[in-house]
Amino acid sequence: MSPLTSTASIMTEALWGWPPPVLDPAGPYAESVTVLSWALFAMGLFVTAIVVAALWVALKGPARLKAKIGGEKVVGIGGIAFPAVVLTGLLIWGLTLTASLTKPITGEEMRIRVTGEMWWFRVEYLGPSGDVLFEDANEVHIPVGQPVVFELTSADVIHSFWVPNLSGKKDMIPGRTTLLRVEADRAGRFGGVCAEYCGGPHALMGFVAVAHEREEWSEWLTSRTAPRDGTGAAGRGRELFMESGCAACHRVAGTEAGGRAGPDLTHIGSRLTLGAGILPNHRGTLIGWIGDSQSIKPGNRMPSYDQLPAEDLHALAAWLEQQK
Amino acid sequence: MGSGRQARSSGKWRPAGLAAWAVIGALLVACKPPAETRRTPEGGAEARGLALIENAGCGACHEIPGVTWPKGRLGPSLAGFDDVGLIAGALPNRPGTLAAFIRNAPSIKPGSTMPPMPLSESQAADVAAYLYGLDHD
Ligand code: HEC
Ligand code: HEC
Ligand SMILES: [Cu+2]
Repeated sequence: MSPLTSTASIMTEALWGWPPPVLDPAGPYAESVTVLSWALFAMGLFVTAIVVAALWVALKGPARLKAKIGGEKVVGIGGIAFPAVVLTGLLIWGLTLTASLTKPITGEEMRIRVTGEMWWFRVEYLGPSGDVLFEDANEVHIPVGQPVVFELTSADVIHSFWVPNLSGKKDMIPGRTTLLRVEADRAGRFGGVCAEYCGGPHALMGFVAVAHEREEWSEWLTSRTAPRDGTGAAGRGRELFMESGCAACHRVAGTEAGGRAGPDLTHIGSRLTLGAGILPNHRGTLIGWIGDSQSIKPGNRMPSYDQLPAEDLHALAAWLEQQK
Repeated sequence: MGSGRQARSSGKWRPAGLAAWAVIGALLVACKPPAETRRTPEGGAEARGLALIENAGCGACHEIPGVTWPKGRLGPSLAGFDDVGLIAGALPNRPGTLAAFIRNAPSIKPGSTMPPMPLSESQAADVAAYLYGLDHD
């Protein structure tokens, strides 16, 4: 079995890691957001310092100064002119920055469509003309040093796509496609979350973004685009998957399972997490998820298969593990 | 505004100044992440054990004191584990045995429905230490 990774806590790390991922950019688009954030912090600190100083003068300062800060000039400059200039400047900066993050596709970039579903992420890698090359779920893979445009939408309610290390947040809106540019300048695994309350287990809706160096990237691409040579041993696990209803909700390419209600499981054996970014993926958590997903992620749209005997859960997990 | 008025109001406004400081202080405190969501970086075997339990996802099948989420029910609750006479109703409840069981239950209790877990021997020992250290309740 694979050694432990900390993917279990990848969502926790996406928000609580140290340094805070939102201040630890791993690419140019995130960098610009971080610079703006620091500018805002600095500005906020500066204004707070002035206000506190004025407060001190008003409470304890010498009478002459007190009279000054109450004067019309101070109110005119400090209360109207300064905020008007600074806020307009920040507005222009912010809007230009947002525009650069959502710049339309030029044709050079890689395209990935991600659809927010209650409460997981459907992922489709697109060709230059927008055709679907292959599908996946709850994980996005990108090459280092190449801009990627995420085409975001939703199948139900509003979700929001956020990988703090890589770019800003972007809402996923039903019936619309929003764009978000992402580029990684170092390889790594980055936690992502849904950043817009979408009901029930919203807090347990995440994903992992993996940035690969060149060679590793082409290896990964091959693993996804090569024709599937067999789909694991035939036998109990496969039978159960087709007969217990799993196939009605889940697709496994190369088999008769073609359900669309749940995440694509074609490559579940090599997925880093389970339950949309919330659990590490190994035999134990697979069994736990299949047998009792409702205790783990209350309200999610997969029933708990607690009526299946332990041998069946083991057989199912063993077959799914082979779906690399 | 004249300086006379300012001078007079400065006494009157002292409580408001205090209140302002209280608000600023409260905001600063509120910005700190809640303690339980932050990871304990280092510590003894028990602290490492808890972190390992969380990272390995034992909670997918067990309710475990100290683990707020998840609380799976496929396996028995591990509350008060140090009171259990036999591990999984079959094995003597000793640290070495417990650690071995946690790593690879079917190999030491044939037919056990708990699958092998991806832990090294020393990691399993830390997890066992955590389970033994749980309060009796
Ligand atoms: C009614 C539809 C439905 C059925 C039937 C169903 N699932 Fe699911 N499954 C889902 C949905 C929806 C999710 C996503 C849950 C979430 O994360 O919110 C899911 C998630 C999963 C995942 C985790 C995937 C990931 O990337 O996180 C696995 C593994 C899985 N199902 C296996 C199974 C197996 C095995 C069966 C049959 C025993 C089964 N499912 C039956 C709907 C279904
Ligand atoms: C797939 C679900 C599953 C996972 C994941 C799992 N367990 Fe278990 N565990 C079980 C089951 C089922 C039993 C009962 C086994 C038996 O009776 O043979 C059990 C039994 C145990 C026992 C004995 C309990 C008793 O009262 O005697 C301990 C201790 C234990 N597990 C610890 C762990 C630890 C630690 C982890 C994580 C490293 C873990 N388990 C992960 C399913 C699981
Ligand atoms: Cu959400």
